[in-house]
Amino acid sequence: MKRIISFVFMLVFVVALVGCGGEKPKAQEDKKEPAAKEKLKVAFIYVGPVGDGGWSYAHDQGRKYLEQQMPDVETSYIESVPEGADSERVLTELVEKGNKIIFATSFGYMDSVIKVAQKYPDVKFLHCSGYKTAENVGTYFGRMYQARYLTGIIAGKTTKSNTIGYVAAFPIPEVIRGINAFTLGVRSVNPNAKVKVVWTNTWYDPAAEKEAAKSLLEAGADVITQHQDTPGPQQAAEEKGKFSIGYNSDMSKMAPKAVMTSAVWNWGPYYVETVKAIKEGTWKSSQYWGPMSDKIVDLAPYGPMVPEDVKKLVEAKKQEILEGKFDVFTGPIKDQTGKERVAAGQKMTDAEMLSFDWFVEGVDGTIPK
Amino acid sequence: MIRLERRSAPSPAGMVLIPLTAIFLALLTGAVFLYINGLGSPKGISWGQVLAVYTGMLDGAFGSGYGLSETIVKAIPLMLCGLGVSIAFRMQLWNIGAEGQFYMGAFAAAWVALSFPDLPACVMLPAMVLTGMLCGGLWGLIPAVPRAYLGVNETITTLMLNYVAILWVNYLVFGPWKDPQGMNFPLSKPFTPAAVLPTLGNSRVHLGLAFALVLAVALWIALRQSRWGYEVTVIGESPRAARYAGMNITKNILLVMFFSGAIAGLAGMAEVSAIAQRMQQGLSPGYGYTAIIVAWLAKLNPFAILLVSFLLGALQVGGYSVQSSGVPAAIVFMIQGALLFFVLGGEFFNRYKIVCTGKTKMEV
Repeated sequence: MKRIISFVFMLVFVVALVGCGGEKPKAQEDKKEPAAKEKLKVAFIYVGPVGDGGWSYAHDQGRKYLEQQMPDVETSYIESVPEGADSERVLTELVEKGNKIIFATSFGYMDSVIKVAQKYPDVKFLHCSGYKTAENVGTYFGRMYQARYLTGIIAGKTTKSNTIGYVAAFPIPEVIRGINAFTLGVRSVNPNAKVKVVWTNTWYDPAAEKEAAKSLLEAGADVITQHQDTPGPQQAAEEKGKFSIGYNSDMSKMAPKAVMTSAVWNWGPYYVETVKAIKEGTWKSSQYWGPMSDKIVDLAPYGPMVPEDVKKLVEAKKQEILEGKFDVFTGPIKDQTGKERVAAGQKMTDAEMLSFDWFVEGVDGTIPK
Repeated sequence: MIRLERRSAPSPAGMVLIPLTAIFLALLTGAVFLYINGLGSPKGISWGQVLAVYTGMLDGAFGSGYGLSETIVKAIPLMLCGLGVSIAFRMQLWNIGAEGQFYMGAFAAAWVALSFPDLPACVMLPAMVLTGMLCGGLWGLIPAVPRAYLGVNETITTLMLNYVAILWVNYLVFGPWKDPQGMNFPLSKPFTPAAVLPTLGNSRVHLGLAFALVLAVALWIALRQSRWGYEVTVIGESPRAARYAGMNITKNILLVMFFSGAIAGLAGMAEVSAIAQRMQQGLSPGYGYTAIIVAWLAKLNPFAILLVSFLLGALQVGGYSVQSSGVPAAIVFMIQGALLFFVLGGEFFNRYKIVCTGKTKMEV
């Protein structure tokens, strides 16, 4: 009897929910629509919260920039969307809510983006860091490795223990490429230094990221850098009185005594350009991989602890990169076993860089196979 | 003086009023957070707009055919995992390992799909179901053996095995199962169409729903009518009485943990086959853990499990849906947390009543 009562109650509750849910909001939508029609609706989905102080934060800064630059665009975002079954639904809902352009800002949304894009050919999808495209799906990313190389120079000049710690998310090409570029930068000024890598197997986990950095500090690292979504590793360095290089956004606020500079994303200009192109009808699906000269990647201002001569060294190299005189992955490059993988004078192709699955000499770590 | 007194039986009025009050208080708490947050507008928001957030959540979850179908998609793994853990809970076996059993079920099903891509659907899908259930069941059996023979606490062993299962799947997608065409990204090859469970029309609602419905009916009958169901209930309520009655407790522990794991394994199979359609990490955002809440809220009743799963699915679908109107994810998670907190907390008042007496006498 009691069970039946509870069962009936739940049934009534559900029916009630369905009933109320179905009617009211529709009336509201009707009222809103005429005003909203004039604006182009653009939506973003983030893998972490916008307050992560790193990856999603940087994208959200780009979104705000877009809204500022283009008053006739209305943006919205959905944060903390897991990279699984949920993303497909969230994307579909955003389309159903009238968004015409959707930026999906994490690698794991790739398959969902492709599936949803097939259903809605008149909506444009831009997927960050993936490799699958379609008529209405483009990918975008920046050559972060160029900024990584430059930060490596600073780290190589700073380290006393010749051990630099690198907290890394997943052993995928993007992360491996960053570690390699950073290590080449380090070794260009300090051939004895080693870069020690720890995998966290998560993009966003402030506690795990910080713990990983602590383990590196205990293993003798005196400079910490990272490929994660939050400033956790920077805070660990600050607490130990060691140095650090930030990633994603300027992390000097979170760890002012530790952060020497940050390799930062600057998505705003790209978002503005893309939305303009789509609006004017000149957009075509492509795989955009923007170099430093497009300003999509950059260095944050230096901290007061960085000596003048190091700044000069970095700026000179930056100039060479901007002018296209220097490519980070130019041979001779040896792998961890000492085998030469890129011959002297040769440059790695984009395809090779996009499928990096080996570490350069000087990296102390393994890639799970 | 106030003291608590155990109710001999929950009062019928309380069973309706207590959850209703709990839901009301939770929504009120959420409303206060929303009001303080002001949705990023400098002038703040009116209470009417707060109400609009709630109706928006309902609308996202139930307001359209699509929302409703996605709520069901979200509920299917919760239903199956919830049914799975409920059998174990009925025997007072604390199987916290549905998450791991889910992953092992998904692993075995994916193994069939990836190893024998040429099988036709009529062979492929049954094979995936069977291996998925078998593997999930065996994963449940591992902690059951030391529990049955040595009395080792299964709460900890089942929990620990979750991490083993998740890391095992991670190892596969980062290593041997990595798609050679995937540019070193941690994804397996996509399944062939034969390995994908059929779905209802254009939606993502898949055959897993039928599995859950059939299982719920079967469990309800088995627990009520069969001798085995009777044994499970008696062992759960009083192992000593069960032993006097000559019931084989060891055998039942093994059997129940196997079934419990097998059903969670089936959930994993359905999810990997119908939704992910390839092996990948993060297949479950914690379905196995949420299932524990589902089973408790439903008081282990199979049909109530279906309903509670549906409601929790709605809570999540609706939560994402209101974000685009400026509600931060953190607030949505707080509302969801408040609902669970109050509803679970309200359970307390179903079992105890507060009695005011004149004398100072502490009896709790």
